[in-house]
Parts: sequence; C-alpha cells; structure tokens
Amino acid sequence: MGYIIIITGFLLVLIGLWGILSQKNLIKIILGFTIFDTGINVVMVSIGYVKGKTAPILDIISAKDALKSVVDPVPQALVLTSIVIGLGVSALMLVYAIKLHHDKKSLDINNFKDLKW
Amino acid sequence: MIKKILIIGLLAGVGLIFFNLLQVYHVPTELNNKLGAYYAENAATQVGAANIISAIVVTYRGFDTLGEVTILFLAASIISFVLKVRKEDIVSDRFTSPNSEILIYSSQIIVPVIFLVGIYIFINGHLTPGGGFQGGAVIASGVLLMMLANPSMKVSHNLVAFVESISGIAFVVLGVLGLVLAGGFLDNRFLPLGEFGTMLSAGALPLIYIFIGLKVGAELSNIIGTISYNQNEKNS
Repeated sequence: MGYIIIITGFLLVLIGLWGILSQKNLIKIILGFTIFDTGINVVMVSIGYVKGKTAPILDIISAKDALKSVVDPVPQALVLTSIVIGLGVSALMLVYAIKLHHDKKSLDINNFKDLKW
Repeated sequence: MIKKILIIGLLAGVGLIFFNLLQVYHVPTELNNKLGAYYAENAATQVGAANIISAIVVTYRGFDTLGEVTILFLAASIISFVLKVRKEDIVSDRFTSPNSEILIYSSQIIVPVIFLVGIYIFINGHLTPGGGFQGGAVIASGVLLMMLANPSMKVSHNLVAFVESISGIAFVVLGVLGLVLAGGFLDNRFLPLGEFGTMLSAGALPLIYIFIGLKVGAELSNIIGTISYNQNEKNS
C-alpha cells in the first residue's frame, strides 16, 4: 500500500515536470505545475504512512491508546499547509496568464521573448 | 530535436533519483517519529481535539497557520492589484448568451446547501476531517456557482473586506488572549476544554477555525470576483 502511493506520487511529479518542460501553451504549463504539486503532496503523505494504522482522528475509545492506532500526523499537517500555498501560487500564475493574454492576444510561450537572451 | 533529448535526459535523471529514494523507503510498522508520537499521544489531553491534524495546525503550529493565511491574503491582494481595471475601460453591456434555466433555478436551490455544507465543515473542524481552509474553499465554490448562473453579478468589495478584516483581527486577538490568559500565543486553553469529542470542546480551537474559514472563504471569493470582473475590460 505504501509503495503504491509513493510510486504514484513520483510518477505524478515526473508527469508534471514533463508538462512544464514540453508544453507550449501557458495554461498547460500551469497545469503541469499543479500536477507537480499534487505529486509532491502524495509523496509527503505516503512517507507518514504506518502499516495497518488509520487516519489521525480519534474517538473516545481510541483516544486512550492513540499511539497504537494512528499514522504519523506531522506530514499530513504539513501537506494541509502546502495545498493552501499551492492554491495561492496557481491562482497567481493563472492571473499572470490572463494578463499576458490581454497584452499579446496569445497563450503560446514562443510569443513571449522579451526577456530571452 | 535536441530540446526533446534534453527533456528526456532530465526526466530520466530525476527518475533515477526517485528510484534511489525508493530503494531506502520501507513501510514502517509503528510510529517512530518522535514529534508525531508526541502529538498523537498528547493532542487529546492537552488540546482536547479529536482531529489531531486540527490540533497541530491550529494550536501546536498555530503561528505557521497565521503565516499561511497571510500568504493567501497576499496572493488575493496581488491578484486584485494585477487585474486592476480603470472605470472608463469597463464595458457595461458586454454581450453574454443567456444561461440555461436549469442552471439558474437549480443554483438557487443548491447554493444555500453548499454554504451550509461549508459552514458545517469548518464548525466541525476539530472533530471530523476538514477545517477552516476546506470549509472556506467550499463556500467560495458556492460563490463561483452563483457567478456561473448570473455572470453580471459582482462580489461586493465592502462585504468581502469587512468579513476578511474582522476575522483576521479576531484570529490575532484570540491568539493574544491565549498569550495573556494561558500558556502562549494561540494557546486554546483559556476556554474550558469541555468533554472530549463533543461540539463544544477543545477550548478556543473551533472559534479560531470558524474565523479561518470565514477569512479563506472571503479571500477565495474575492479572487473569483476579481477575475470575473476583469472580463468586462474593453479589448483595446
């Protein structure tokens, strides 16, 4: 189980990296970034996995013996933060894409060569 | 052509790094991360929250969450700054094809339910999976549905700014109250911890999560509203 999740995460990271590097459309590049993001989140959650344990949400019975019943809560709390930051970053990137499209009426990355040397 | 070979070479290199990482990865059979074990053992007695993640995010690492909310606020304000439209550039009668009646009338039924679900998620953030950020995102999705049904709708800037600033100030005030009345900044124990697993438990944690939820919902609605309003700009 842990292996499946971590391999999925690594594959998502590779797919996202491929999308960032090979696509020409700005929106597709941004989608590549979000897939990259998701892959890293999946890897982080899978690192905290403990065999046969459940989500770190307790009830009255399991609260007495929490250590024996839950997976590592620290990576999950970090991923919660990372998802929110990822949301903010992708919103910003999309807004820049809107602004660039407004200026040049194009989303093709090859049309933006102002800073290329 | 050479670009493609470079891309494939880079991907193969990163894949090799991941493969080597995978070699040392093994699924542990017990929790041996000391910090995680401490949180798992003490969250129920120290914070009183059934959801350990909420206890970490809002209380143990509450200061990080304050920074996280600030980053979201910064993103929202940069977006409104970048997409600023001057009044004279606005086309008031932009043609939009009329929406289907199914969307318009069903959204009137569904939007209140979506808001209710969002509020439920952040009120129960200390008991069930979920919390302020998730509930806020659900509320913003309700606003998005309203805008889809009625494209000329404008998100009220005054309302958004009011909700956002009030909940941001309340978040900090609750944190300072924890500093004055209990152990430290954002300590939730200045209110009684209550009975474990009930709605009114975990001290000030549900209150803080409600304010985070309102703030995140207002910020995300503001982002959606800004992007939608920007479409009215004249194509020069």
